[in-house]
Amino acid sequence: MLSIKNLHAEIDGKEILKGINLEIKAGEIHAIMGPNGSGKSTLASVLTGRDLFTVTEGKVVFKGRDLLEMAPEDRAREGVFLSFQYPIEIPGVSMVNFMKTAVNEQRKYKGEKPLSSAEFLKFMREKKEMVEIDTQLTNRSVNEGFSGGEKKKNEIFQMAMLQPDFAILDETDSGLDIDALRIVANGVNKLKTPNNCALVITHYQRLLDYIVPDIVHILYDGKIVKSAGKDLALELEEKGYEWIKNELAK
Amino acid sequence: MNLEEKLYNIYADNKDKLNMDIPDFIREYADIAANSIIKNGIPDKSYENYKYSDFSGFLNNGLEYSLEPEKTNIDLNEYWQCQVPDMDTQVILLSNAWYYEKNNLENKFPKGVIVCGLREAFVKYPEIVKKHYSKYLPQNKDGYIDLNTAIARDGVFIYVPKGVKIDKTIQLVNLIHGFANRAVMQRNLVVLEEDASLRMIICDHTLNRTQNFINSLTESYIGKNAHLEYYSIQNEPDTAALLNTLCFYQEANSHLTNLAFSLHGGSLRNNVYSTLAGERAHSNLYGLFLSDKKQRVDNYTYIDHKAPTCTSNELYKGILDDNARGAFSGKIMVRPDAQKTEAYQTNNNLCLTDTAKMRTKPQLEIYADDVKCSHGATVGQLDQEALFYLQSRGISKKEAKLMLMFAFANDIVRNIPVIPLKEQISGLVDNRLRGEFTECKHCLLNCSRNR
Ligand SMILES: Nc1ncnc2c1ncn2[C@@H]1O[C@H](COP(=O)(O)OP(=O)(O)OP(=O)(O)O)[C@@H](O)[C@H]1O
Ligand SMILES: [Mg+2]
Repeated sequence: MLSIKNLHAEIDGKEILKGINLEIKAGEIHAIMGPNGSGKSTLASVLTGRDLFTVTEGKVVFKGRDLLEMAPEDRAREGVFLSFQYPIEIPGVSMVNFMKTAVNEQRKYKGEKPLSSAEFLKFMREKKEMVEIDTQLTNRSVNEGFSGGEKKKNEIFQMAMLQPDFAILDETDSGLDIDALRIVANGVNKLKTPNNCALVITHYQRLLDYIVPDIVHILYDGKIVKSAGKDLALELEEKGYEWIKNELAK
Repeated sequence: MNLEEKLYNIYADNKDKLNMDIPDFIREYADIAANSIIKNGIPDKSYENYKYSDFSGFLNNGLEYSLEPEKTNIDLNEYWQCQVPDMDTQVILLSNAWYYEKNNLENKFPKGVIVCGLREAFVKYPEIVKKHYSKYLPQNKDGYIDLNTAIARDGVFIYVPKGVKIDKTIQLVNLIHGFANRAVMQRNLVVLEEDASLRMIICDHTLNRTQNFINSLTESYIGKNAHLEYYSIQNEPDTAALLNTLCFYQEANSHLTNLAFSLHGGSLRNNVYSTLAGERAHSNLYGLFLSDKKQRVDNYTYIDHKAPTCTSNELYKGILDDNARGAFSGKIMVRPDAQKTEAYQTNNNLCLTDTAKMRTKPQLEIYADDVKCSHGATVGQLDQEALFYLQSRGISKKEAKLMLMFAFANDIVRNIPVIPLKEQISGLVDNRLRGEFTECKHCLLNCSRNR
């Protein structure tokens, strides 16, 4: 479904991604772990089309199409979704209006009729229940005054609304209390089908107890230096990144 | 002959016509004002308060002055179909600022309320006019105000007696028409006695694509515990210049909400003077200006806290696109007696291009020690991160920008307390931001189409 080949990207002339290779098939969940500053969020930004970063080399094919050629909104309409590490607050833009516009633009792109207000509200209610998000939150401006955990829940709520084919979860677990972590992980699992895939970025093995990955990758200094089954996360938690450094030095 | 002399001569040469059938005190004001034009000048860019607006180009442009009531053959009432749905409004028409003779307001307002042309009021209600006319003008001389006092002879006069609350919203529509470039001078006087209340909307509509210069001045007395809600909706062609001066005088416990929507226009200038003269008076001043192409918009406000325990709250927001030029200059004066004043002022602006420019100058001048005052101003661009966030959910860049601009503008729009009016204005703002025609649905004038 997603194929990344030799992806290089830089910001202000500084190379951050130094040749990423990654294949994600439909139905798979991949996890990426790696030290702070290794380029995990940069990869997420590049895949979703943030123009701060310049791709200098490499190719990304998503559902048979060149992803890097597409505008951010078209990537989203094609089914790419990012749960942001730091969701931004947008005062004055209501959650309802935001989601309604997003859902209907996606439908238009797919040649479907826009949802009426009543249909939309019903659809939204269902999804809210699924991620157990407080009704009041959707009556407010996008993320405005939301707590850290509420912001993360709101990301998963949006994911439920947009039903992506490829979801990137960038540290969705950080800032969540134990109950919220379980709710969010359950939400993600419910959204999982054999036809979609996900890339889960995390620092903690704990999340991967809930969202069980098929493959775990370690991103280090802009490159994937190790990929293995889910036990790699456990091993990493036990041994720390020093272990990887030493392995690499060998 | 310089501009000042030219303008003085327009008064001097037409004195007989202008001063026919009006009381002596109005004549005296006019004489003094005409002389003041020569003495104090017409402001250009060299005047501190007019650094960013200069109308001398318009004034030197062979304008035709409208110096006596204009008879129109067309029935403007038929022409004019504006209404805010679900809102009880009473339209009053002016024709090139002259009170339209076919306005029919009989039995439209509660007993004791007077609504008529100012010219008519000069003759019929000289005592009330004398008590208030030219009494609330700023102390600092302003040549445009002098020009108005010298030659403006009509507009609307509204008197709301003690305790009367007018439920209908008065909508004053000034239709500007004719084929020459017109100089239109409008003068309004609005008097609210104790406990009175009034909501009014002023719209200017230019029907031709001429290079008009509109100089409009409204004085308003807001008595004890009286409430005034005052809206200006400016929607002018690129060729027109509009200078709008509002002077409010507030007695104790009175409440003013002034909302100015500068939606479109070649050169717009808004002056708002608000004097808080009685204890616990409250002023809300809101302004939204949307400017693009080579348009100019300049806002000047002066809030004068004279009495203790008054409050004022000021928020102006502007969005500038293309090569637009915007300015905001706001002064809050807190006089020595005005202890326990609370005064807040904010001006936020968005420049959508590198070539759009905004100047902002908030100023506090405080002579009392026990006060709470703050001011702040920002000039920025659309938040790129917010834009990306919206795009990343499948919303097109164009729509995402509109959503952010609309959210920005909505900080002003949401202060409109009447829902139908809020929706109407919200629609106008939305259309404007989308680059569509900014006219109300029911309007048959289509004036924004001939831009
Ligand atoms: N906008 C930016 N301007 C300059 N440098 C940036 C910018 N964004 C990221 N970087 C740099 O790119 C590198 C990778 O950052 P990135 O956010 O991708 O790391 P990360 O792996 O997500 O880290 P963390 O685990 O802390 O979230 C860092 O050195 C960071 O300083
Ligand atoms: Mg990160």
